[in-house]
Amino acid sequence: MNKNIKAILKRELYGYFHTPVAYVFIIIFLFLTGIFSFYLGAFYERGQADLEPFFRFHPWLYLFLIPAIAMRLWSEERKTGTIELLMTLPISTTDAVLGKFLAAWCFTAIALALTFPMWITVNYLGEPDNTVIIAGYIGSLLMAGGFLAIGSCISALSKSQVIAFVISVVICFLFILSGFPLVLDFFQGWAPQALVEVISSLSFLTHFDSINKGVIDLRDVIYYLVLISFWLYANVVVIDTRKAD
Amino acid sequence: MSANNGTPAIEVRGLDKQFGPIHAVRNISFSVNHGEVLGFLGPNGAGKSTTMKMITGFLEPTDGTVLVNGHDVMTDPISVKASIGYLPEGAPGYAEMTVIRFLEFVAEIRGLEGAEKQQRIDKVVDQIHLDGVLEQTIDTLSKGFKRRVGVAQALLHDPDVLIMDEPTDGLDPNQKHEVRSLIKEMAENKAIVISTHILEEVDAVCSRAIIIAAGQILFDGTPAELRAQSEINDYDDAFRTITSRFYTSQGEAGQS
Repeated sequence: MNKNIKAILKRELYGYFHTPVAYVFIIIFLFLTGIFSFYLGAFYERGQADLEPFFRFHPWLYLFLIPAIAMRLWSEERKTGTIELLMTLPISTTDAVLGKFLAAWCFTAIALALTFPMWITVNYLGEPDNTVIIAGYIGSLLMAGGFLAIGSCISALSKSQVIAFVISVVICFLFILSGFPLVLDFFQGWAPQALVEVISSLSFLTHFDSINKGVIDLRDVIYYLVLISFWLYANVVVIDTRKAD
Repeated sequence: MSANNGTPAIEVRGLDKQFGPIHAVRNISFSVNHGEVLGFLGPNGAGKSTTMKMITGFLEPTDGTVLVNGHDVMTDPISVKASIGYLPEGAPGYAEMTVIRFLEFVAEIRGLEGAEKQQRIDKVVDQIHLDGVLEQTIDTLSKGFKRRVGVAQALLHDPDVLIMDEPTDGLDPNQKHEVRSLIKEMAENKAIVISTHILEEVDAVCSRAIIIAAGQILFDGTPAELRAQSEINDYDDAFRTITSRFYTSQGEAGQS
């Protein structure tokens, strides 16, 4: 990582923690993960020592929370004009995009790490398979990266954070849904099986579920990395062509 | 950074910019040497900011070239950006950052480290008199202080070429005087371009003036030559004479 990326990463993290964004996000994230695992996920009633009910709801939490973190990345720069300052400093667009993305990803990792009481609880209550739990955390972080890359690219398209938020949620929702029967049944009847498999394989959930079962398959990791690279590349193109609009 | 003998600091050739149907800058050429302070004058929307944005590599020209210290802004934007200190229009800054953190951020990206970084920040803070607001966040600053922070960040790396879009806008008379003195002090070994609405500024700091309207250069010469355009030897009158002559001829061209 070069020093430009590092300087931007530092500045963005500073931005998160010097506005209410960070605290509001972390509190809501911790609160909701708790509620979802204990009530909807029936963490106690299942009588199993694992964090499956905890991880199961992450895609749905991320659907709304991650676009909320990503929406400010570029929209705010464009709205306040700081983008002109940033992009006339001697850095490449790629450095700027990577620095911002990595800052948002680090921030998500911090929020995720703060759920450690769940891990302690389940270890106190029983004897969970901790490798499965670690896999769950890795999977969750990778998925968050995917959502963030989409959100970052979309935020570069608009000066309005609200518009960036709404469009990101819709796109992320499509990426979640593409593994569901709801979408797949629609294609099943007429589309060639290969196409159905491609659509299904684009789903965040399919890849998250398999990691969540404790198996870190290289293909799932590559899926997320390719997805992130694709959206960040699009982000660079959007900034290069539309930064001054 | 040393002044390159021979090559002009900024060389603009046939620069052109179109935003869809709007032709913002039309085929303008000029160059600025080290030791010159060029005042960019013109009515609002004349293309001053657009031209500056193209020189600093923020906007891509539709046509033409910009060379800064011999580096082409299209093919080597990083070198161009490294040798320029730029105050964008409106002096934008990160609202939630304190002044000192903001300056540190810019210094880091400008490649300053350790003792040198500290020394440069101290120097600029002293030059621009920012010591009183270092721990204040930028969104709590008055318009004048925001502008001064913008000027400060442009000077951090002691750039060879300084481009400032309305550096004295929003400052009170004392602050204006300070910024002008600073520009004059630095003029000796830098190439400086400032845009302004205030014609007295041309007299106070510039060694050369360019008047631009509707994206075209109407006048390029020394302040004395500019004043000589007026019958009563006055800048404002000269400016009005030149621009109204242009708009009248435009009108006639439109009718014929």
